[in-house]
Amino acid sequence: MLTNRSKLVVKKEMTFWEKIYLPAIFSGIGITIKHLFKKSATVRYPEQTREVSEIWRGQHVLKRDEKGAERCTACGLCAVACPAEAITMVAAERKKGEEKLYREEKYASTYEINMLRCIFCGLCEEACPKEAIFLTDRLVSTDYGRDGFIYGKDKLVESVDNRIDVSKRQTPAVLQFKKIKLFSHNK
Amino acid sequence: MVKVTIDGIEIEVAEGTTILNAARQIGGDVVPPAMCYYTSLKDSGGKCRVCLVKVTHTSTKDPRPMPKLVASCRTNVMDGMVIQNITSPEVLEARKGVVEFLLINHPLDCPICDQAGECDLQNLAYEHGVAKTRYEEERRTFEKIDIGDKIKLHMTRCILCYRCTFVADQLTDNRVHGILGRGDTSEISTYIQKAVDNDFSGNMIDVCPVGALTDNTFRFKSRVWFTKPLDAHRNCDKCCGKVVLFTKGDEVLRVSARKDKYAEVTEYICNECRYDHKRLSDWVIEGPRHIDRNSVISQNHYEKIDLLKLKQEIERQIDFEKGKQLPEPNQSLTA
Repeated sequence: MLTNRSKLVVKKEMTFWEKIYLPAIFSGIGITIKHLFKKSATVRYPEQTREVSEIWRGQHVLKRDEKGAERCTACGLCAVACPAEAITMVAAERKKGEEKLYREEKYASTYEINMLRCIFCGLCEEACPKEAIFLTDRLVSTDYGRDGFIYGKDKLVESVDNRIDVSKRQTPAVLQFKKIKLFSHNK
Repeated sequence: MVKVTIDGIEIEVAEGTTILNAARQIGGDVVPPAMCYYTSLKDSGGKCRVCLVKVTHTSTKDPRPMPKLVASCRTNVMDGMVIQNITSPEVLEARKGVVEFLLINHPLDCPICDQAGECDLQNLAYEHGVAKTRYEEERRTFEKIDIGDKIKLHMTRCILCYRCTFVADQLTDNRVHGILGRGDTSEISTYIQKAVDNDFSGNMIDVCPVGALTDNTFRFKSRVWFTKPLDAHRNCDKCCGKVVLFTKGDEVLRVSARKDKYAEVTEYICNECRYDHKRLSDWVIEGPRHIDRNSVISQNHYEKIDLLKLKQEIERQIDFEKGKQLPEPNQSLTA
């Protein structure tokens, strides 16, 4: 009785109707039956998918430029911007004859995103100075182990023939916003 | 001793001190930036023009203002001198112009450059520069040159501060590199790309304010903000042996000399310490290096904060800000 907040528990004697439990059971069945005629809340994925926003933040893509060279130059800004510390990379120097593969003189020889750590906030996309990384409307698929969720360049870089459209994420308004945001410190 | 006033702050300094050093004795925001001046290198300074200040009172004897802005690293103080740095809009505008000039031929390849994150020009442009370039002409470009097997010269990034030639001249015995050509075409070069191989040549990397001279053994190894800087020392018969190790795990990626808050090397180190001891066991680790919390290198590094010191610093900042106008609101947030 130190706080004066304790309550005495009273065990009330149940009435006859409460004792036979039948009204409670029937009302419970009633709720179940009511839900049979309601619209189902689940979708039958993957045959059916839910409608998502055009700029849904899903699985990342590493873009290539018009000529098919990788845009990423392993500058590390996405990794330093990442609040979940999900991105790691190793840089390498482009050799002679690899100009068609990599756009800049430095490129990412390995680039890994741990999809279990990733929170899909999109800060990597915002930080990227080379327009190389984008989040897409694809979902990250499930797996049985943890290793499968560490996505390397094989899963992240788009293939030359099968480009991934990110034009929806690059509207003039978005580009303008990025521009103002980039240089707002100079005012 | 002479008495000078910089941005309304009075200080007594020894005769023959430059304005820049007088401002550094005050410290804080009134210190003009410097890209070419280097305390430990004789005759350095006067080239980059970012340290321009306005002298409104030349001295007590001669109260006239100086006719134009002066380079603070090359101008000595006089008794009763009144100097305006950040309180003068003229200075700020001129400095903005100088930054634009420095960036005219700069390739702006920071995402590739190894210096990014600890680059003086990057910091300078961030603080004073204009974001848009008005330069439409072709920028000068040079081929990359290997100066010896340990130093990479990207002449394209050079701002011609001459610091490296002073190092070659004053720290090493025979200078084999210098500046060729004049004006727009001047470039740093060794005669017939002769290798620089004397014990202190590696210090050129540390004095370079931009990414023009970089460590070839560290080239593209890691971004500097993913490394963990440690203070360390070893017994070296050639130099002081006091260095900073940039480590990643148990690996030493780069060894460099220790720099003070003005990014100037306090004690130069020899090439043996810089290049040949890339194992943690070679060094006596003193502890994590203090990194300014405004630096990107401090990202994800945690160190014990001296709360009392931090409080004093914040109070000093508040006092300083009281005399200043508040900055304009961030338009991207309000618009």
